Amino acid sequence: MPPALSIRNLTKTYASGFTALKGVDLEVQPGEIFALLGPNGAGKTTLIGIVCGVVNASGGEVRVDGHEIVADYRKTRSIIGLVPQDVSLDAFESVWATVSFSRGLFGKGKDAAHVEKVLRALSLWDKKDEKVINLSGGMKRRVMIAKALAHEPKLLFLDEPTAGVDVELRRDMWEMVRGLRATGVTIILTTHYIEEAEEMADRIGVISKGEIILVEDKTALMQRFGRKKLELELAEPLAALPAGLAARGLEIADSGRRLVYSYDTQGERTGITALLAELSSAGIRFRDLETRQSSLEDIFVDLVRERA
Amino acid sequence: MNFHAVKAIYTFEMARTFRTIMQSVISPVVSTSLYFVVFGAAIGSRIETIDGVSYGAFIVPGLIMMSLLTLSISNASFGIYFPKFTGTIYEVLSAPISHFEIVLAYVGAAATKSMMIGLVILATAAFFVDLEIRYPLVMVLFLVLTSVSFSLFGFIIGIWADGFEKLQIIPLLIVMPLAFLGGTFYSLDMLPPVWQTISLANPVVYLVSGFRWSFIGTSDVSVWVSLTMTLVFLAVCLAVVNWMFRTGYRLKK
Ligand SMILES: Nc1ncnc2c1ncn2[C@@H]1O[C@H](COP(=O)(O)OP(=O)(O)OP(=O)(O)O)[C@@H](O)[C@H]1O
Ligand SMILES: [Mg+2]
Repeated sequence: MPPALSIRNLTKTYASGFTALKGVDLEVQPGEIFALLGPNGAGKTTLIGIVCGVVNASGGEVRVDGHEIVADYRKTRSIIGLVPQDVSLDAFESVWATVSFSRGLFGKGKDAAHVEKVLRALSLWDKKDEKVINLSGGMKRRVMIAKALAHEPKLLFLDEPTAGVDVELRRDMWEMVRGLRATGVTIILTTHYIEEAEEMADRIGVISKGEIILVEDKTALMQRFGRKKLELELAEPLAALPAGLAARGLEIADSGRRLVYSYDTQGERTGITALLAELSSAGIRFRDLETRQSSLEDIFVDLVRERA
Repeated sequence: MNFHAVKAIYTFEMARTFRTIMQSVISPVVSTSLYFVVFGAAIGSRIETIDGVSYGAFIVPGLIMMSLLTLSISNASFGIYFPKFTGTIYEVLSAPISHFEIVLAYVGAAATKSMMIGLVILATAAFFVDLEIRYPLVMVLFLVLTSVSFSLFGFIIGIWADGFEKLQIIPLLIVMPLAFLGGTFYSLDMLPPVWQTISLANPVVYLVSGFRWSFIGTSDVSVWVSLTMTLVFLAVCLAVVNWMFRTGYRLKK
């Protein structure tokens, strides 16, 4: 099976002269959930725009399910569903009409049952006859998703689908995305909520200043960059570290009430045993201890900072 | 051919028209009636006949043409400008639909609307004057060609415009004057010779003249010349639209 999406050396220079993409290579396999992370202005929306036909590429090649997106645009675009970053809807149309419109636009005949299924899945069914203008912001975003799903796409782009969406709806959306994946839909999403990527994605790509700086399996990424922190809550505050301990990379926090020790989960030895032994021989006693896994957010911030 | 897509856009655009059907129909009816009262009855009563018909009957084809021009342009330019303005154009751009199909749907809807209103004006005019249409098929041909050409022209303006002022400026500064000077209210041979020659540079002259020929059988310029000029205008608009889509001009970033 060809990749759901394959991008080779994609470049984009806007009319203003700004180069938003500098030779991007990326492959996404059928059925995966791929999260594209990156700071504001990294080029995520530009990349999605090119694949969907909203932005013209300056160079490179993009294939969707093996078909080239310019020569074979009818094929590729009927496979793709796009939920853009910004909500834009025809204010005076009903929910039902605008979702049905999308289905027709993407070349599919009327199918009331499918439209109903989509609206129900997004909890929009009781709003189907409501005019878009009367909906709340979160509902409008759901209408955008319903429109993208109206023609049963095989590859779905979600450009920051949960920006400005409450916690409950966010969980609903995650649920919906998993449901879609279960039916074989490939999903590419961008997000600034790292926990979202951590929660949803199979693989993660990080883009910064128009370049993909990393693509990796989520679990592998967590492991590779995953450092754990051991935090010790001291019985008595400590003014300074004894000389021997400072060399171990121990840090004092919380004005002497805590000691923080970072270690690599991949390492042969974590050094914890030796550390604890040294602490007791130095007469430092502690009340409590906990370990924390660094989040994707930490990883991501580190990565982007490294490159800057 | 993505038939479903063309139908979806066309139906959507027509639905927009029918939502505002009252103002779409009433305003041309009112303005046409006013023209008849002012030009047909008040001024026309002082004028014997032109080209063998009453003044009232003489101005009917021109009035319809003027409305057709302005409505086609405003319908089509607004139809494509609005989704650009609100951002909903992303959906059309990302759909499996060819440029030709996009134009067919948008321009088709705009032209349909102006033809409908052209017929409404014709019916209104029939209240005021005795109308005779010598060559109904030619009349329909000009009706269709004009609506389509100027809807295309409006489509071009709608793509070119990046603000509401630009949307208005060409219809206001170019089309309206040309329409008024296009021979709706007079026959060209009533002008001094210099102005007759200058008028021939005005494309609207050919439209009005050809359209009038289909009503009364006589015209300022030969109906073949009128037809040719209309087709040339249509071809130019098609070429420009084609270029705009090929380059993504003001549609794609
Ligand atoms: N039409 C345009 N003309 C010129 N530059 C543009 C245009 N659109 C985007 N850019 C620039 O290209 C860069 C990438 O923009 P893009 O929208 O792809 O970023 P993004 O990763 O989606 O950011 P965000 O997280 O804020 O949505 C930005 O620096 C932006 O200013
Ligand atoms: Mg973006």
